[in-house]
Amino acid sequence: MPLIKNDQLVDDPWYVLDDEGAASVSDDADIVVSYERWTKDRESLVSRNGRLGVKLSSDQPPSLIEDDLKHLDLVAVEFPRFTDGRGFSYARLLRERYGFTGEVRAVGHWFRDQMVFLQRCGIDAFEADEDRALVEWSEAQREISVVYQPAADDRSWVSRMRSSASRTARYQAAE
Amino acid sequence: MYRYDEFDHTLVSERVSQFKGQVARRLSGDLTEEQFRPLRLMNGLYLQLHAYMLRVAIPYGTLSSTQMRMLAHIADKYDRGYGHFTTRQNIQYNWPSLDQTPNILDELASVEMHAIQTSGNCIRNVTSDQYAGVAADEIEDPRVYCEIIRQWSTLHPEFSFLPRKFKIAVTGASTDRAATRVHDIGLQMVRGSEGEVGFKVIVGGGLGRTPIIGPTIREFLPKKHLLSYLEAVLRVYNQLGRRDNIYKARIKILVQSAGAEEFAAQVEEEWAHIRDGYLQLPQSEINRIRSYFAPPDYEILPAIDAEHALKMSEVPEFASWVERNAVAHRQPGYAIVNISLKPIGGIPGDATVAQMEIVADLAARYGLDEIRVTHEQNLVLPNVKQAELFAVWQKLAQSDLATPNLGLVSDIIACPGLDYCNLANARSIPVAQNISERFRDLERQHDIGDLKIKISGCINACGHHHVGNIGILGVDKKGVEFYQITLGGRADDGAALGDIIGPAFSYEDVVDAVETIIETYLAHRESDELFNDTYARIGPQPFKEKLYAAH
Ligand code: SF4
Repeated sequence: MPLIKNDQLVDDPWYVLDDEGAASVSDDADIVVSYERWTKDRESLVSRNGRLGVKLSSDQPPSLIEDDLKHLDLVAVEFPRFTDGRGFSYARLLRERYGFTGEVRAVGHWFRDQMVFLQRCGIDAFEADEDRALVEWSEAQREISVVYQPAADDRSWVSRMRSSASRTARYQAAE
Repeated sequence: MYRYDEFDHTLVSERVSQFKGQVARRLSGDLTEEQFRPLRLMNGLYLQLHAYMLRVAIPYGTLSSTQMRMLAHIADKYDRGYGHFTTRQNIQYNWPSLDQTPNILDELASVEMHAIQTSGNCIRNVTSDQYAGVAADEIEDPRVYCEIIRQWSTLHPEFSFLPRKFKIAVTGASTDRAATRVHDIGLQMVRGSEGEVGFKVIVGGGLGRTPIIGPTIREFLPKKHLLSYLEAVLRVYNQLGRRDNIYKARIKILVQSAGAEEFAAQVEEEWAHIRDGYLQLPQSEINRIRSYFAPPDYEILPAIDAEHALKMSEVPEFASWVERNAVAHRQPGYAIVNISLKPIGGIPGDATVAQMEIVADLAARYGLDEIRVTHEQNLVLPNVKQAELFAVWQKLAQSDLATPNLGLVSDIIACPGLDYCNLANARSIPVAQNISERFRDLERQHDIGDLKIKISGCINACGHHHVGNIGILGVDKKGVEFYQITLGGRADDGAALGDIIGPAFSYEDVVDAVETIIETYLAHRESDELFNDTYARIGPQPFKEKLYAAH
């Protein structure tokens, strides 16, 4: 499935490994495994050449892999239904609490109108199965330009802009 | 009152355009109803029994006359000439058409109003004390913090898909008029050991299927940490709240199953990571928002106006209205006026276009341009000069808005029930109307005294029946409407849930049952004992005997 990443539709370079096997995957391939598989085959997974990602299901908080993040280049956060919003918190914790800088990917069920929220929480890659997704992504990006609260993105929130606006005003008044 | 700045204006108008796009996608068939549902819900648009219903936010229940006039205009142009004020200090329109809703939102935006987060599993409109800013027993105006919370929670990226809806109430007074113990989070302003002001934090109260009086999880929270602490509570809830069963998804279930102490410890642990971060409230922002709620320029007036005193002695109807519906103001020579939306036999909380316009006019002319909506579904003019009460009363009386029944048996809270709501088991509105008719004699009502009747059409408890002195709950028995009665509930400082008195009553019998309960109370009342005190003293038995004797 293609991905939306950095405002582009790109091929997914990652290979999702199921829990049983697929020993046939080359040692250089970038693979995503479940949390269960990660805990089971940790040693052998770490010794591979390719990059490594772990997928968390919606009842697996990122605190479970806090100490493993140094081995990982990707964490996939699952949304089993669009109404299940746990992943929003998980993504923020990965970015803000654990300082994870690799890819945080949303997988499963979410819809266009949630994309900006996901992005604000630190998700930077979305699985997308239609061409239209990119158009929708860029539309959604432009809809709301104001944010009222800090999150995992670098947008400046209103109360901060107000105080810097008043600082500038004071500064100008002083000149 | 708070006024939007450029940021607030931009957000609301962009939100309207966004919703316009969503409606257009729905109307063109691009979105199915299933896909559209979460989007419309995030904008307060419900699909009810007969039509769409639009719920408009009235943040912490405060309105200007311009805003009230706009609410009237919308009722006139897009609805059937009335609106319904709710127990969440909001207004609902029961008959808008889908294609018109973006226009309604446009018009609302022009007076700094919106419908954002009035439904859906997100942080809802924050409610407060209807006497905020004018109450004599207030530590600080809670609306400053309501507004800060409103902004922080608006389109919050992390907390827009919670396990369930989330309601926050804030009070700044020692008397709890905001029912903070039956909210997901209740905040009470209190003084700390050195006299500084902060919040007592109550989490996990609520009504509905599992009514719970919320426990206190923090005795004192400094103001600057308000948002980081709320974020910590919400983050714990968002991760651990149940998502497998809609009836167990509210935060109160999480708090109960973990235990209040354990839950508090989880919040403290989360909070420790974020308390000194970006969410710390700068004093400059508190001051900026506080400046909008600065007290108006009151005139220096005598505590008793001579002309007013004379009118009181000359016009008994006026005097009885003042005694019931006007409340002491903290500024000498001023009064807080309650406008009853409970005329005898009327629909609780409904107001016509003409009535809304009258209230707007009165607020502009006599009320320093302020109006409040109460969670008991009445309106308030918080700043009226004593000397002008008579003029205000006359105008209100001409529009059926001067029923002197505040807090009496006909001042009933009722949810929309089976007349509108597709979750209802039974009608609520006609039960309220019938009770009101039964006790239409105001002298009798005054004789009975303060008594709160609250009616819900189903277990979701939008009419707060659990905390009514007399609570009435619509239930369905093999397709027939029945009503279960609870006694002894209250929502204020000594918040308590009522006890079920016995088997439910039919629609035909429920008003008789209420009358029997009240007669029993009167027969046992000692001096001026309130209903709940008599009930606590004599217990349910005497009521049961009377109610079920003939059955
Ligand atoms: S209590 Fe039930 S019937 Fe009444 S408005 Fe709420 S959901 Fe509808």
